[in-house]
Amino acid sequence: MDASNLAAVWLTLKLASVVTLLLLLLGTPIAWWLARTRSWWKGPVGAVVALPLVLPPTVLGFYLLILMGPHGPVGQLTQSLGLGILPFTFPGLVIASVCYSMPFVVQPIQNAFEAMGERPMEVAASLRASPRDAFFSVALPLARPGFVSAAILGFAHTVGEFGVVLMIGGNIPGKTQVVSVQLYDHVEAMEYVEAHGLAGGMVAFSFLVLLALYGRRRLGGWSP
Amino acid sequence: MEARFRLTHPGFTLEVDLKLPEKGVTALFGPSGSGKTTLLRCFAGLSRASGGRLVVAGQVWQDETQGLFLPTHRRPLGLVFQEASLFPHLSVRKNLEYGMKRAGNRGGEGFQACIDLLGIHPLLERGPGHLSGGERQRVAIARALLTRPRLLLMDEPLAALDLKRKGEILPYLERLHDELDIPVLYVSHAPDEVARLADHLVLMDDGKVVASGPLQETLSRADLPPTFADDPGVVLEARLVGQEADGLSRLAIPGGELLVSRVEAPPGKILRCRIHARDVSLALTPPLQSSILNILPARVAAVAATDTPGHVLVQLELAAGLRLLARITERSRAALGIGPGLAVIAQVKSVALLA
Repeated sequence: MDASNLAAVWLTLKLASVVTLLLLLLGTPIAWWLARTRSWWKGPVGAVVALPLVLPPTVLGFYLLILMGPHGPVGQLTQSLGLGILPFTFPGLVIASVCYSMPFVVQPIQNAFEAMGERPMEVAASLRASPRDAFFSVALPLARPGFVSAAILGFAHTVGEFGVVLMIGGNIPGKTQVVSVQLYDHVEAMEYVEAHGLAGGMVAFSFLVLLALYGRRRLGGWSP
Repeated sequence: MEARFRLTHPGFTLEVDLKLPEKGVTALFGPSGSGKTTLLRCFAGLSRASGGRLVVAGQVWQDETQGLFLPTHRRPLGLVFQEASLFPHLSVRKNLEYGMKRAGNRGGEGFQACIDLLGIHPLLERGPGHLSGGERQRVAIARALLTRPRLLLMDEPLAALDLKRKGEILPYLERLHDELDIPVLYVSHAPDEVARLADHLVLMDDGKVVASGPLQETLSRADLPPTFADDPGVVLEARLVGQEADGLSRLAIPGGELLVSRVEAPPGKILRCRIHARDVSLALTPPLQSSILNILPARVAAVAATDTPGHVLVQLELAAGLRLLARITERSRAALGIGPGLAVIAQVKSVALLA
């Protein structure tokens, strides 16, 4: 594998790791709220979170580009904070990927919280655990399978994205050029040997991820 | 204990105002949908009743007139749910420690006594997935007790168990009843459990309290609504006085004796027994030749209609103020001229021993 391919792989893994970590931190409170609220807002918020599942990535990328661009509200904010503008940078790529992969992380966690029901939290309260204490000592451990699924799906989905990355990240080697975009370049340039390396790697990676996911589900269950 | 709650759900209103004893087991009994569990959740603080007031052991847990509402985790209570509610990610020992630590019982005061009482020592290092339903409930009860609660709430703890498991756990509940010095609220719709365990009875129907009083007194009322009168009967406490040579045991009740099938227990042991109204027949004179062994003189206190046409319920008073219920036909009542004040002979066909 040549140096540019290696750089693309490294960048992709770095992006996916950062995005997964951020998504777990952001997605958990959203999933908790969605799983337990009886508010009218549950429907609209759930739909917004799920939008990336059905929207073409280019639509999402387009709006993010406008929002984060020099004249967009987010762009104005980042400029006034002295951060410059985000499109075509690694942080911009991270933000776009977080939006794009959100449902893949929120939904498994939300399902796990919903499957748990109210009872464990009530039991914890009867054993003098405050709501926050019960969340960390009971809800999180009980939802662990959901978190593992969420992390695997969030990571894999970020690795596999193309449209959003192209719109927001452009194609800057070592900065925003991830595997899927690099592969596109190789094909455009008729470099089929390099393309095979990356494409085959992606197939193997995706297969292993799904194997891990489904194999784990089959094994499921608790063994403290 | 003082409790006043008013709670409205669509199609259901809970409205209760209760004074309950500070010691012993109080059974909340009633058909499903009568509000027993909702009432228990109000005690636990899991449901918040507007206009509620709850005082336990002299401490005010809720007083909405002052905007006071202690959330569940600040109430010193123990809660045992219908289905096993152990944390599946923790071992039995860790489950027990979860509440102990948080209730400030780090030293494990009473730990040994509690696991002995419930017989769970061999289970400590196992995971909840490797316990039977009965074992799980015993661990859940121990876990609640180790928080040193001022009030123990149990929501049909046996309902999810099969008959064999029930039989396995009931003796532990009886030991609890004998050794615990905090009040227990026990939700049930099984008359036998109530008769075995309760000291005080609260009958509920459609969100309201129909009757509340000491168990024996409340069960011997003849004027309960039909929901509670489909299989009426009284509960008596009797002392085992001796074993007969022919396979019977002799029990003493105030003002009389009962003969029952042999009970293996030491003399002097107090046993609870239940006498169903359908097992009591009446005569005006002592029968001279009868296969019925237990014949008790009584006086008719009241006669009430039942929901079965042609049958009436007769409330009887025995010599020492004990009460029995007899279910007889209206025809027999008229033929014998049975009415309040009449002296009769009660013939008891069978006595069910509860413990």
